[in-house]
Amino acid sequence: MIPHPLLEIIDLASHRGDRILFEGLCLRIHLGEAIQISGPNGSGKTTLLRIVCGLLAPTAGTIRWQGSPIAFGDADLRSDIGHLGHAKGVKVDLTPKENLAFAIALSERPTGTPIDEALDRLGMGAFGDTPVRRLSAGQRQRVALARLLVCKARLWVLDEPFTALDVQGIEAIGSMITDHGKEGGAVLMSSHQPISLEGIPLRTVFIEKGGSTTLSSLDAIEPWASNVETVRR
Amino acid sequence: MAFTAVIRRDLLLAIRHPAQAIDPLIFFLLVIALFPLGASPRRELLELVAPGVFWIAALLSTLLSLERMFRPDFEDGSLDLMLASPAPLPLIVLAKIIAHWLVTAIPLLLAAPLFSLLLGLPTTALPALLATLVLGTPTLSAIGAIGVALTTGLQRGGVLLSLLVLPLYVPVLVFATGAISAAANDLPFTGQIYILGALAALSCTLGAFVAAAALKIATS
Repeated sequence: MIPHPLLEIIDLASHRGDRILFEGLCLRIHLGEAIQISGPNGSGKTTLLRIVCGLLAPTAGTIRWQGSPIAFGDADLRSDIGHLGHAKGVKVDLTPKENLAFAIALSERPTGTPIDEALDRLGMGAFGDTPVRRLSAGQRQRVALARLLVCKARLWVLDEPFTALDVQGIEAIGSMITDHGKEGGAVLMSSHQPISLEGIPLRTVFIEKGGSTTLSSLDAIEPWASNVETVRR
Repeated sequence: MAFTAVIRRDLLLAIRHPAQAIDPLIFFLLVIALFPLGASPRRELLELVAPGVFWIAALLSTLLSLERMFRPDFEDGSLDLMLASPAPLPLIVLAKIIAHWLVTAIPLLLAAPLFSLLLGLPTTALPALLATLVLGTPTLSAIGAIGVALTTGLQRGGVLLSLLVLPLYVPVLVFATGAISAAANDLPFTGQIYILGALAALSCTLGAFVAAAALKIATS
Protein backbone atom coordinates (compact mmCIF):
# COMPACT_ATOMS: atom_id res chain seq x y z
CA MET A 1 0.00 0.00 0.00
CA ILE A 2 1.23 3.47 -0.84
CA PRO A 3 1.68 5.55 2.29
CA HIS A 4 -0.78 8.36 2.72
CA PRO A 5 0.39 11.78 1.65
CA LEU A 6 1.09 14.09 4.60
CA LEU A 7 -1.42 16.65 3.46
CA GLU A 8 -4.06 16.67 0.77
CA ILE A 9 -6.11 19.64 -0.24
CA ILE A 10 -9.14 18.87 -2.34
CA ASP A 11 -11.29 21.32 -4.31
CA LEU A 12 -10.18 24.30 -2.33
CA ALA A 13 -11.80 27.62 -3.17
CA SER A 14 -11.26 31.05 -1.76
CA HIS A 15 -12.98 34.33 -2.48
CA ARG A 16 -12.15 37.86 -1.50
CA GLY A 17 -15.51 39.59 -1.53
CA ASP A 18 -16.96 38.82 -4.96
CA ARG A 19 -13.61 38.12 -6.51
CA ILE A 20 -12.55 34.53 -6.96
CA LEU A 21 -8.97 33.99 -5.89
CA PHE A 22 -8.90 30.34 -6.83
CA GLU A 23 -11.35 27.50 -7.19
CA GLY A 24 -11.05 23.74 -7.40
CA LEU A 25 -7.48 23.79 -6.23
CA CYS A 26 -6.05 20.38 -5.40
CA LEU A 27 -2.68 19.81 -3.88
CA ARG A 28 -0.92 16.83 -2.41
CA ILE A 29 2.18 16.97 -0.30
CA HIS A 30 4.20 13.87 0.51
CA LEU A 31 6.79 13.53 3.21
CA GLY A 32 10.28 14.26 1.99
CA GLU A 33 9.33 16.65 -0.76
CA ALA A 34 9.12 20.37 -1.31
CA ILE A 35 6.42 22.18 -3.23
CA GLN A 36 6.86 25.63 -4.63
CA ILE A 37 3.74 27.67 -5.25
CA SER A 38 4.28 30.15 -8.01
CA GLY A 39 2.05 32.70 -9.63
CA PRO A 40 1.61 36.40 -10.33
CA ASN A 41 1.05 38.92 -7.54
CA GLY A 42 -2.46 38.78 -6.21
CA SER A 43 -3.11 35.24 -7.38
CA GLY A 44 -3.73 33.98 -3.86
CA LYS A 45 -0.45 32.34 -2.87
CA THR A 46 -0.42 33.90 0.58
CA THR A 47 -4.12 33.12 1.02
CA LEU A 48 -3.52 29.47 0.15
CA LEU A 49 -0.69 29.21 2.66
CA ARG A 50 -2.71 30.95 5.38
CA ILE A 51 -5.60 28.55 4.76
CA VAL A 52 -3.27 25.57 5.19
CA CYS A 53 -2.07 27.05 8.51
CA GLY A 54 -5.64 27.52 9.69
CA LEU A 55 -5.35 31.30 9.82
CA LEU A 56 -8.01 31.82 7.15
CA ALA A 57 -11.17 29.89 6.42
CA PRO A 58 -11.64 28.78 2.79
CA THR A 59 -14.95 29.20 0.95
CA ALA A 60 -15.00 25.52 0.07
CA GLY A 61 -12.74 22.53 0.16
CA THR A 62 -11.56 19.59 2.16
CA ILE A 63 -8.29 18.92 3.84
CA ARG A 64 -6.81 15.54 4.72
CA TRP A 65 -3.96 15.05 7.11
CA GLN A 66 -2.15 11.72 6.73
CA GLY A 67 -5.13 10.31 4.90
CA SER A 68 -7.91 11.24 7.30
CA PRO A 69 -10.21 14.23 6.94
CA ILE A 70 -9.57 16.98 9.43
CA ALA A 71 -11.08 20.40 10.05
CA PHE A 72 -9.23 23.45 8.76
CA GLY A 73 -7.22 24.88 11.60
CA ASP A 74 -7.49 21.77 13.77
CA ALA A 75 -5.13 21.86 16.76
CA ASP A 76 -3.36 18.64 15.65
CA LEU A 77 -2.72 20.19 12.28
CA ARG A 78 -1.54 23.48 13.75
CA SER A 79 0.89 21.78 16.08
CA ASP A 80 2.65 20.05 13.18
CA ILE A 81 2.98 23.10 10.96
CA GLY A 82 5.80 25.62 11.13
CA HIS A 83 4.67 28.84 9.51
CA LEU A 84 6.67 31.76 8.24
CA GLY A 85 4.48 34.53 6.90
CA HIS A 86 4.99 37.95 5.34
CA ALA A 87 4.94 39.52 8.78
CA LYS A 88 7.79 37.73 10.46
CA GLY A 89 6.33 37.32 13.92
CA VAL A 90 9.56 38.61 15.41
CA LYS A 91 9.26 41.14 18.22
CA VAL A 92 11.74 43.95 17.66
CA ASP A 93 12.04 44.75 21.37
CA LEU A 94 13.14 41.23 22.26
CA THR A 95 16.42 39.53 21.46
CA PRO A 96 16.53 36.65 18.95
CA LYS A 97 16.93 34.18 21.85
CA GLU A 98 13.88 35.57 23.64
CA ASN A 99 11.89 35.50 20.42
CA LEU A 100 12.78 31.86 19.81
CA ALA A 101 12.09 30.83 23.41
CA PHE A 102 8.64 32.41 23.11
CA ALA A 103 7.98 30.59 19.84
CA ILE A 104 8.94 27.25 21.45
CA ALA A 105 6.58 27.88 24.37
CA LEU A 106 3.76 28.77 21.97
CA SER A 107 4.32 25.63 19.91
CA GLU A 108 3.74 23.54 23.07
CA ARG A 109 6.13 20.88 21.83
CA PRO A 110 9.63 19.84 22.85
CA THR A 111 12.44 21.91 21.40
CA GLY A 112 13.83 20.72 18.07
CA THR A 113 17.29 22.13 17.48
CA PRO A 114 18.65 24.01 20.52
CA ILE A 115 18.33 27.78 20.15
CA ASP A 116 22.08 28.53 20.01
CA GLU A 117 22.66 25.84 17.41
CA ALA A 118 19.80 27.10 15.25
CA LEU A 119 21.10 30.67 15.38
CA ASP A 120 24.63 29.48 14.57
CA ARG A 121 23.35 27.59 11.58
CA LEU A 122 21.79 30.72 10.18
CA GLY A 123 24.91 32.74 10.88
CA MET A 124 23.25 34.63 13.72
CA GLY A 125 25.22 33.09 16.59
CA ALA A 126 26.88 36.40 17.47
CA PHE A 127 23.58 38.29 17.63
CA GLY A 128 21.67 36.04 20.03
CA ASP A 129 21.43 38.75 22.69
CA THR A 130 21.12 41.82 20.45
CA PRO A 131 17.64 43.34 20.38
CA VAL A 132 16.06 42.58 17.00
CA ARG A 133 15.44 46.33 16.58
CA ARG A 134 19.16 46.73 15.84
CA LEU A 135 19.26 43.96 13.22
CA SER A 136 18.84 44.38 9.47
CA ALA A 137 15.89 43.07 7.47
CA GLY A 138 17.89 40.06 6.28
CA GLN A 139 19.03 39.26 9.80
CA ARG A 140 15.44 39.49 11.06
CA GLN A 141 14.44 37.06 8.33
CA ARG A 142 17.15 34.69 9.57
CA VAL A 143 15.78 34.91 13.11
CA ALA A 144 12.33 34.05 11.78
CA LEU A 145 13.82 31.11 9.86
CA ALA A 146 15.59 29.87 13.00
CA ARG A 147 12.12 29.47 14.48
CA LEU A 148 11.48 26.62 12.04
CA LEU A 149 14.50 24.78 13.40
CA VAL A 150 13.74 25.22 17.10
CA CYS A 151 10.04 24.35 16.80
CA LYS A 152 9.66 20.77 15.68
CA ALA A 153 7.05 20.57 12.92
CA ARG A 154 6.80 18.21 9.99
CA LEU A 155 5.24 20.60 7.51
CA TRP A 156 6.89 23.93 6.90
CA VAL A 157 4.73 26.56 5.27
CA LEU A 158 6.92 29.38 4.04
CA ASP A 159 5.70 32.55 2.41
CA GLU A 160 8.47 34.11 0.31
CA PRO A 161 11.27 32.73 2.51
CA PHE A 162 14.01 34.30 0.39
CA THR A 163 12.92 37.88 1.04
CA ALA A 164 15.81 40.16 2.03
CA LEU A 165 18.31 37.31 2.22
CA ASP A 166 21.82 37.50 0.75
CA VAL A 167 23.50 34.70 -1.21
CA GLN A 168 24.70 32.90 1.92
CA GLY A 169 21.27 33.24 3.45
CA ILE A 170 19.60 31.70 0.41
CA GLU A 171 22.11 28.84 0.51
CA ALA A 172 21.48 28.35 4.22
CA ILE A 173 17.72 28.08 3.78
CA GLY A 174 18.22 25.79 0.78
CA SER A 175 20.20 23.39 2.92
CA MET A 176 17.69 23.77 5.76
CA ILE A 177 14.87 22.72 3.43
CA THR A 178 16.88 19.83 1.98
CA ASP A 179 17.78 18.53 5.45
CA HIS A 180 14.20 18.91 6.59
CA GLY A 181 13.03 16.84 3.62
CA LYS A 182 15.66 14.17 4.27
CA GLU A 183 14.60 13.94 7.89
CA GLY A 184 11.09 13.15 6.76
CA GLY A 185 9.55 16.59 6.69
CA ALA A 186 7.76 18.42 3.91
CA VAL A 187 7.86 22.01 2.73
CA LEU A 188 5.22 24.13 1.07
CA MET A 189 6.51 27.51 -0.01
CA SER A 190 5.65 30.39 -2.23
CA SER A 191 8.36 32.03 -4.24
CA HIS A 192 8.86 33.83 -7.53
CA GLN A 193 12.45 32.79 -7.85
CA PRO A 194 13.42 29.52 -9.47
CA ILE A 195 14.71 27.31 -6.69
CA SER A 196 17.06 24.41 -6.97
CA LEU A 197 17.21 21.88 -4.18
CA GLU A 198 19.64 19.01 -4.25
CA GLY A 199 18.62 15.76 -2.73
CA ILE A 200 14.86 16.09 -2.35
CA PRO A 201 12.15 16.28 -5.01
CA LEU A 202 10.79 19.73 -5.76
CA ARG A 203 7.54 20.30 -7.58
CA THR A 204 6.26 23.62 -8.80
CA VAL A 205 2.57 24.51 -8.83
CA PHE A 206 1.31 27.53 -10.71
CA ILE A 207 -1.73 29.47 -9.68
CA GLU A 208 -3.00 31.65 -12.49
CA LYS A 209 -4.50 35.03 -11.89
CA GLY A 210 -8.29 35.15 -11.47
CA GLY A 211 -7.70 31.47 -11.53
CA SER A 212 -9.93 28.59 -11.91
CA THR A 213 -7.81 25.52 -11.44
CA THR A 214 -4.36 25.28 -12.76
CA LEU A 215 -2.34 22.34 -11.74
CA SER A 216 0.96 21.40 -13.10
CA SER A 217 2.90 18.22 -12.57
CA LEU A 218 0.39 16.99 -10.00
CA ASP A 219 -0.69 13.42 -9.80
CA ALA A 220 -4.34 12.91 -10.61
CA ILE A 221 -6.67 12.72 -7.66
CA GLU A 222 -7.48 9.12 -6.94
CA PRO A 223 -11.15 8.06 -7.16
CA TRP A 224 -11.56 7.62 -3.41
CA ALA A 225 -10.51 11.15 -2.84
CA SER A 226 -13.14 12.71 -5.06
CA ASN A 227 -16.23 11.65 -3.15
CA VAL A 228 -15.25 13.13 0.18
CA GLU A 229 -17.65 15.62 1.61
CA THR A 230 -17.05 19.22 0.79
CA VAL A 231 -16.95 21.63 3.67
CA ARG A 232 -18.78 24.84 2.85
CA ARG A 233 -18.47 27.87 5.04
CA MET B 1 2.97 26.64 28.84
CA ALA B 2 1.85 29.06 26.13
CA PHE B 3 -0.27 30.79 28.78
CA THR B 4 2.64 31.70 31.06
CA ALA B 5 4.88 32.43 28.08
CA VAL B 6 2.46 35.07 26.78
CA ILE B 7 2.20 36.77 30.19
CA ARG B 8 5.96 36.67 30.66
CA ARG B 9 6.63 38.08 27.21
CA ASP B 10 4.12 40.92 27.58
CA LEU B 11 5.57 41.88 30.95
CA LEU B 12 9.06 41.79 29.49
CA LEU B 13 7.92 44.07 26.65
CA ALA B 14 6.37 46.44 29.19
CA ILE B 15 9.64 46.55 31.14
CA ARG B 16 11.57 47.31 27.95
CA HIS B 17 9.04 50.04 27.15
CA PRO B 18 7.86 51.45 30.47
CA ALA B 19 5.94 54.17 28.61
CA GLN B 20 3.25 51.55 28.07
CA ALA B 21 2.47 51.59 31.80
CA ILE B 22 3.43 55.18 32.58
CA ASP B 23 1.57 57.02 29.80
CA PRO B 24 -1.94 56.05 30.95
CA LEU B 25 -0.97 56.95 34.50
CA ILE B 26 0.23 60.42 33.46
CA PHE B 27 -2.96 60.91 31.45
CA PHE B 28 -4.93 59.89 34.52
CA LEU B 29 -3.00 62.35 36.70
CA LEU B 30 -3.59 65.19 34.21
CA VAL B 31 -7.34 64.60 34.08
CA ILE B 32 -7.78 64.64 37.83
CA ALA B 33 -5.36 67.55 38.25
CA LEU B 34 -7.19 69.65 35.64
CA PHE B 35 -10.60 68.98 37.08
CA PRO B 36 -10.33 71.17 40.23
CA LEU B 37 -8.86 73.94 38.05
CA GLY B 38 -11.73 73.79 35.61
CA ALA B 39 -14.60 73.25 38.02
CA SER B 40 -13.95 74.54 41.47
CA PRO B 41 -11.34 73.82 44.12
CA ARG B 42 -14.00 74.02 46.88
CA ARG B 43 -13.66 70.95 49.08
CA GLU B 44 -17.40 70.24 49.46
CA LEU B 45 -17.89 70.18 45.68
CA LEU B 46 -14.78 68.09 45.05
CA GLU B 47 -15.78 65.52 47.65
CA LEU B 48 -19.12 65.18 45.91
CA VAL B 49 -17.76 64.57 42.41
CA ALA B 50 -14.42 62.92 43.28
CA PRO B 51 -15.60 59.29 42.87
CA GLY B 52 -17.04 60.02 39.43
CA VAL B 53 -14.02 62.00 38.25
CA PHE B 54 -11.66 59.33 39.53
CA TRP B 55 -13.43 56.50 37.74
CA ILE B 56 -14.05 58.40 34.49
CA ALA B 57 -10.34 59.17 34.40
CA ALA B 58 -9.66 55.47 35.03
CA LEU B 59 -11.96 54.45 32.14
CA LEU B 60 -10.36 56.91 29.72
CA SER B 61 -6.82 55.98 30.66
CA THR B 62 -7.66 52.29 30.25
CA LEU B 63 -9.09 53.06 26.82
CA LEU B 64 -5.80 54.73 25.95
CA SER B 65 -3.83 51.59 26.73
CA LEU B 66 -6.20 49.07 25.13
CA GLU B 67 -4.95 49.46 21.56
CA ARG B 68 -1.63 48.00 22.57
CA MET B 69 -3.22 44.72 23.57
CA PHE B 70 -3.36 43.16 20.08
CA ARG B 71 -2.38 45.76 17.50
CA PRO B 72 1.43 45.58 17.76
CA ASP B 73 1.21 41.78 17.64
CA PHE B 74 -1.12 42.00 14.64
CA GLU B 75 1.26 44.29 12.79
CA ASP B 76 4.47 42.32 13.33
CA GLY B 77 2.92 38.89 12.79
CA SER B 78 3.20 37.67 16.38
CA LEU B 79 -0.56 37.38 16.46
CA ASP B 80 -0.36 34.82 13.63
CA LEU B 81 2.01 32.80 15.79
CA MET B 82 -0.50 32.85 18.63
CA LEU B 83 -3.43 32.00 16.36
CA ALA B 84 -1.43 29.14 14.83
CA SER B 85 -0.37 27.82 18.24
CA PRO B 86 -1.99 24.53 19.23
CA ALA B 87 -2.85 26.09 22.59
CA PRO B 88 -6.54 27.07 22.83
CA LEU B 89 -6.97 30.67 21.71
CA PRO B 90 -9.18 31.75 24.67
CA LEU B 91 -6.35 30.74 27.00
CA ILE B 92 -3.88 32.90 25.10
CA VAL B 93 -6.37 35.79 25.08
CA LEU B 94 -6.84 35.37 28.84
CA ALA B 95 -3.07 35.63 29.24
CA LYS B 96 -3.10 38.84 27.22
CA ILE B 97 -5.91 40.21 29.43
CA ILE B 98 -4.00 39.35 32.61
CA ALA B 99 -0.82 40.91 31.25
CA HIS B 100 -2.72 44.07 30.29
CA TRP B 101 -4.23 44.24 33.76
CA LEU B 102 -0.85 43.79 35.45
CA VAL B 103 0.73 46.51 33.32
CA THR B 104 -2.03 49.12 33.56
CA ALA B 105 -3.99 48.46 36.75
CA ILE B 106 -1.19 47.74 39.20
CA PRO B 107 0.47 51.17 38.71
CA LEU B 108 -2.95 52.80 39.05
CA LEU B 109 -3.64 50.86 42.26
CA LEU B 110 -0.31 51.93 43.73
CA ALA B 111 -0.85 55.55 42.80
CA ALA B 112 -4.52 55.70 43.80
CA PRO B 113 -4.03 56.71 47.48
CA LEU B 114 -1.87 59.64 46.41
CA PHE B 115 -4.18 60.67 43.57
CA SER B 116 -7.23 60.52 45.83
CA LEU B 117 -5.67 63.32 47.92
CA LEU B 118 -5.62 65.54 44.82
CA LEU B 119 -9.38 65.26 44.60
CA GLY B 120 -9.85 65.71 48.33
CA LEU B 121 -11.41 62.31 48.78
CA PRO B 122 -11.90 61.64 52.52
CA THR B 123 -9.56 58.95 53.87
CA THR B 124 -12.57 56.95 55.06
CA ALA B 125 -13.38 56.31 51.39
CA LEU B 126 -9.90 54.98 50.59
CA PRO B 127 -10.62 51.29 51.34
CA ALA B 128 -13.70 51.47 49.11
CA LEU B 129 -11.72 53.19 46.37
CA LEU B 130 -9.05 50.48 46.41
CA ALA B 131 -11.64 47.71 46.54
CA THR B 132 -13.48 49.10 43.50
CA LEU B 133 -10.20 49.42 41.64
CA VAL B 134 -9.14 45.84 42.45
CA LEU B 135 -12.49 44.44 41.33
CA GLY B 136 -13.36 46.92 38.59
CA THR B 137 -10.17 47.07 36.55
CA PRO B 138 -10.17 43.36 35.54
CA THR B 139 -13.59 43.98 34.00
CA LEU B 140 -12.19 46.96 32.10
CA SER B 141 -9.35 44.85 30.68
CA ALA B 142 -11.60 41.89 29.79
CA ILE B 143 -14.35 43.93 28.10
CA GLY B 144 -11.69 46.06 26.46
CA ALA B 145 -10.12 42.92 25.00
CA ILE B 146 -13.37 42.14 23.18
CA GLY B 147 -13.57 45.62 21.67
CA VAL B 148 -9.94 45.76 20.72
CA ALA B 149 -10.07 42.26 19.21
CA LEU B 150 -12.96 43.32 16.98
CA THR B 151 -11.17 46.44 15.76
CA THR B 152 -7.70 44.90 15.37
CA GLY B 153 -7.92 44.37 11.63
CA LEU B 154 -9.18 47.91 10.98
CA GLN B 155 -6.88 50.70 9.91
CA ARG B 156 -8.29 53.31 12.27
CA GLY B 157 -10.22 51.61 14.99
CA GLY B 158 -9.70 54.21 17.72
CA VAL B 159 -13.08 55.97 17.76
CA LEU B 160 -14.95 52.77 16.99
CA LEU B 161 -13.21 51.14 19.94
CA SER B 162 -14.44 53.81 22.36
CA LEU B 163 -17.96 53.57 20.92
CA LEU B 164 -17.92 49.81 21.40
CA VAL B 165 -16.34 49.66 24.81
CA LEU B 166 -17.41 52.72 26.80
CA PRO B 167 -21.13 51.84 26.95
CA LEU B 168 -20.17 48.42 28.31
CA TYR B 169 -18.12 50.12 31.03
CA VAL B 170 -21.20 51.89 32.41
CA PRO B 171 -22.14 49.24 35.05
CA VAL B 172 -18.61 49.32 36.46
CA LEU B 173 -18.69 53.12 36.59
CA VAL B 174 -22.09 53.20 38.30
CA PHE B 175 -21.37 50.65 40.99
CA ALA B 176 -17.79 51.76 41.64
CA THR B 177 -18.70 55.40 42.14
CA GLY B 178 -21.73 54.31 44.18
CA ALA B 179 -19.50 52.32 46.51
CA ILE B 180 -16.99 55.16 46.98
CA SER B 181 -19.71 57.74 47.60
CA ALA B 182 -21.38 55.46 50.13
CA ALA B 183 -18.07 54.91 51.93
CA ALA B 184 -17.39 58.65 51.99
CA ASN B 185 -20.72 59.11 53.78
CA ASP B 186 -19.99 56.25 56.22
CA LEU B 187 -22.64 54.03 54.63
CA PRO B 188 -22.19 50.31 53.94
CA PHE B 189 -20.93 49.58 50.41
CA THR B 190 -20.58 45.80 50.35
CA GLY B 191 -23.51 45.41 47.93
CA GLN B 192 -21.81 47.41 45.20
CA ILE B 193 -18.55 45.56 45.82
CA TYR B 194 -20.30 42.21 45.39
CA ILE B 195 -21.76 43.34 42.08
CA LEU B 196 -18.35 44.56 40.90
CA GLY B 197 -16.95 41.15 41.85
CA ALA B 198 -19.69 39.40 39.91
CA LEU B 199 -19.03 41.60 36.87
CA ALA B 200 -15.33 40.81 37.08
CA ALA B 201 -15.98 37.05 37.33
CA LEU B 202 -18.38 37.14 34.39
CA SER B 203 -16.25 39.29 32.11
CA CYS B 204 -12.98 37.51 32.83
CA THR B 205 -14.39 34.03 32.18
CA LEU B 206 -16.62 34.76 29.19
CA GLY B 207 -14.65 37.73 27.91
CA ALA B 208 -11.70 35.57 26.88
CA PHE B 209 -13.95 33.34 24.76
CA VAL B 210 -15.74 36.25 23.13
CA ALA B 211 -12.49 38.11 22.46
CA ALA B 212 -10.96 34.94 20.96
CA ALA B 213 -13.90 34.56 18.58
CA ALA B 214 -13.73 38.26 17.72
CA LEU B 215 -10.02 37.96 17.02
CA LYS B 216 -10.62 35.07 14.61
CA ILE B 217 -13.23 37.11 12.73
CA ALA B 218 -11.11 40.25 12.68
CA THR B 219 -8.01 38.56 11.30
CA SER B 220 -9.61 36.45 8.58
